[in-house]
Amino acid sequence: MKEQLQKDFDNTVRNLTLSQKDIEIKKFYLDNFINKGFPNRKEEDWKFSDLNQIIKKNIGELSFYSDYTSTNKVDTSAFVDGLEHNKIVFINGRIEKIDFDYEKKDQIEIIDQSETINKFNSNSSLSDLNSAFTNKSFKIVVKEGYQLTKPLIIYHTTNSKIWSKNINLRLNFELYENSSLRLIDLFKDTSEKNFLNIFYNFDLKENSVLKNYKVDKLENKNIKYSFNNIEQDKNSISETFILSSGSNFCKNEINCNLNGEYSSAFVNGIFSINNNKHHEIRTIINHLTENTKSYQLIKSVLEDSSRAVYQGKIFVNSKAQKTDGYQLSKAILLNKDSEFNAKPELEIYADDVKCSHGSASGSLNEDSIFYLMSRGLNYQQSRELLINGFLLDVVEKITDPEIKNLIKNMIGIKE
Amino acid sequence: MDNRQKEIENLKDYKYGFTTDIENTRAPKGLNEDVIKFISNIKKEPQWMLDFRLKAYERFKQLKEPDWQKPKYPKIDYQDLYYYSAPKSMKDKPKNLDDLDPKLLETYKKLGIPLQEQKRLNGIAVDAVFDSVSVATTFREELTKQGIIFCPISEAIQNHPELVKKYLGSVIPVTDHFFATLNSAVFTDGSFAYIPEGIRCPMELSTYFRINASNTGQFERTLIVADKGSYVSYLEGCTAPMRDENQLHAANVELVALDDAEIKYSTVQNWYPGDKDGKGGIYNFVTKRGLCKGKNSKISWTQVETGSAITWKYPSCILKGDNSVGEFYSIAITNNHQKADTGTKMIHLGKNTKSKIISKGISAGFSDMTYRGLVDISSKAANSNNYTQCDSLLMGNKCGAHTVPYIKNKNSESNIAHEATTSKISEEQLHYCQQRGLSAEEAVGLIVNGFCKEVLQQLPMEFAVEAQKLVGISLEGSVG
Repeated sequence: MKEQLQKDFDNTVRNLTLSQKDIEIKKFYLDNFINKGFPNRKEEDWKFSDLNQIIKKNIGELSFYSDYTSTNKVDTSAFVDGLEHNKIVFINGRIEKIDFDYEKKDQIEIIDQSETINKFNSNSSLSDLNSAFTNKSFKIVVKEGYQLTKPLIIYHTTNSKIWSKNINLRLNFELYENSSLRLIDLFKDTSEKNFLNIFYNFDLKENSVLKNYKVDKLENKNIKYSFNNIEQDKNSISETFILSSGSNFCKNEINCNLNGEYSSAFVNGIFSINNNKHHEIRTIINHLTENTKSYQLIKSVLEDSSRAVYQGKIFVNSKAQKTDGYQLSKAILLNKDSEFNAKPELEIYADDVKCSHGSASGSLNEDSIFYLMSRGLNYQQSRELLINGFLLDVVEKITDPEIKNLIKNMIGIKE
Repeated sequence: MDNRQKEIENLKDYKYGFTTDIENTRAPKGLNEDVIKFISNIKKEPQWMLDFRLKAYERFKQLKEPDWQKPKYPKIDYQDLYYYSAPKSMKDKPKNLDDLDPKLLETYKKLGIPLQEQKRLNGIAVDAVFDSVSVATTFREELTKQGIIFCPISEAIQNHPELVKKYLGSVIPVTDHFFATLNSAVFTDGSFAYIPEGIRCPMELSTYFRINASNTGQFERTLIVADKGSYVSYLEGCTAPMRDENQLHAANVELVALDDAEIKYSTVQNWYPGDKDGKGGIYNFVTKRGLCKGKNSKISWTQVETGSAITWKYPSCILKGDNSVGEFYSIAITNNHQKADTGTKMIHLGKNTKSKIISKGISAGFSDMTYRGLVDISSKAANSNNYTQCDSLLMGNKCGAHTVPYIKNKNSESNIAHEATTSKISEEQLHYCQQRGLSAEEAVGLIVNGFCKEVLQQLPMEFAVEAQKLVGISLEGSVG
């Protein structure tokens, strides 16, 4: 893999206009990645999902170089109907379109950061890989007091033009005081066997509100890793919703630092997976000051020989008195070959806190099925009704009514 | 001053911290094949036992000391320890208690363990382990009548080799982790108990561990086998003198329960925890594992962990037999600079297996406590169940309480439920108690005892009283 990396790196750098110093920095990250390689199960964070093995088994040899010189055609029919929205379109990892048609131009700033390499708040080798190979990165700034009228949808599209490729994306968001942003990540993959490595950084200033919805619904054979780093100032709110369903392998990581008083973070997730899929959500919520709050709810429905992993950590440092932290994960195993692993972790150094977690996994409740069948539903209907209700619970946590409806329609959950 | 307070006054300092001035025989310092041969030789062990040790030592040389645990400690120099230390008078084993060195009798009397059978107060058969040797085992004759074997393991190796050979290392193999393997290589003594088919052991069996010599590691090995349909309740207690240096205690405990058998294993661990500034104290790195080998068998661990500078242990159950049951009840209390990383593993292999985990952690002062546990339901363990509850109580903002459960469910017909909470004693509860005339300290004692009650109830009567007192004492000075 080492020669391949070197070769692809040289090709990638050739197409960029970077100063010698920047190339040196990128090279430093490349060397870091070459040293560490893809994470494997020996690392505690990857204990349940050995990415190295998964890539070997599903993709084999990866290529890290993509030719971004020619444009891809943007297929407008793929856009979400019935909801006016701003767009960022990625096709095969190339950024094709950024438009904020519905917003005041002077309230949003888009800064091309491709030529500045900023260190990411993560020690994983994947962040090194990302830093070494991202070709374009943008910073999106929402100005003070501005609340976007329409949501922003980021289309992550891949098509059959690419094969066995590693794609690295990076975006930075900065939300100034009293601003708000609704962001939907929509994955549309018709490609196979690629590895997507996505890093987002969110900087939330006082009183700002971020709502991020990640929807990976379409069946595809790709492997995805996505990392969200969220820094929160006083009174800010972040809400993250993850629908983890389509990809062969998918790991979502959320690292949230509650730096300011009265800031709060909500993470809600659904695993709905079948076949041999292997999905993971890992969250770290760091309560770093007084009166902060976090709430997490993860529900899984696992069919066939699928496997879901939830690793959630609540960290409370000794200054963070009056912390309120809650975490709940529930899983239904529908097949004898399915598997659910959880590691809900509490690390607490302050005494005046209220922290709890719960985790339960098991089969569908036969008594409930019996109850429904005795009222005239057949077995299949009863099963669907129960699963529907089980997952609806999480979707109902979405605070934005427009987007809640959109997501309900997308995943076919009925009320 | 009422009685309770008087008691606390008396016990405020670690009352077991005295040393017994007694002449010792020691193995040469350090760890090598010769030392292992020395130990084996002094115990007059057969060749197969020496081979067992050497095999473990070979393996040990390849192993690296683990470092994933939460409490970190300065590196231990394994060549700077004595692996065998015994009172000189024990060289030729005394025939009966009358021949025992009076100093030893005196020590155990001070510890509140009556070795002389005429003084039997509570009808518990005790195996007393002093540094590396077992000095006395009481009530043996009475037990022998029922066919129960209860003796030091060094004697069992000679008198019951077929049993020891069959079960030693069957639960904790010689190739296990670092400390377990070290123990397999150099273990010196410990207890052996065998309960024959269909016998309900008429009294509690008990081992009392005492570290006396300095610079010594204590490595005992306990093996308990409950044959078909038998029942035994086993207690373990431990203390050590106050010393400035840290001492290593790496014991192995193996339990085997055959068809329909039940083993109840209770520990009140009160090793010297170090002084207020965290100087000295015991490193308690113990491997305890029970195997529910037969169907309908049951193993239950109860532990009250109040001592040791660092406690690092996970009493586990391997639920191999169908319908077998594993239980784990734990109270861990850390104060001052103590650290604990403890919990359990429940490994479900058989059908219809059940396990229950109740863990209560209390940390005060500058201490740090971690509950780490594993529940693993394998794909063959159909219709299995686990319930886990771990609660932590924090006193002050200089201490930490952590929960790290690993939950693996590979069987769709099985259920796992886990819940954990962390909180402090609420002002309302305190206020309520104080309003009714309790002092702040008494109120905390009452609330903490209530918090622990679920676990304390699991202890045999005699232990429960002692444990309840210990809970109060360990938290002494942490209020206000």
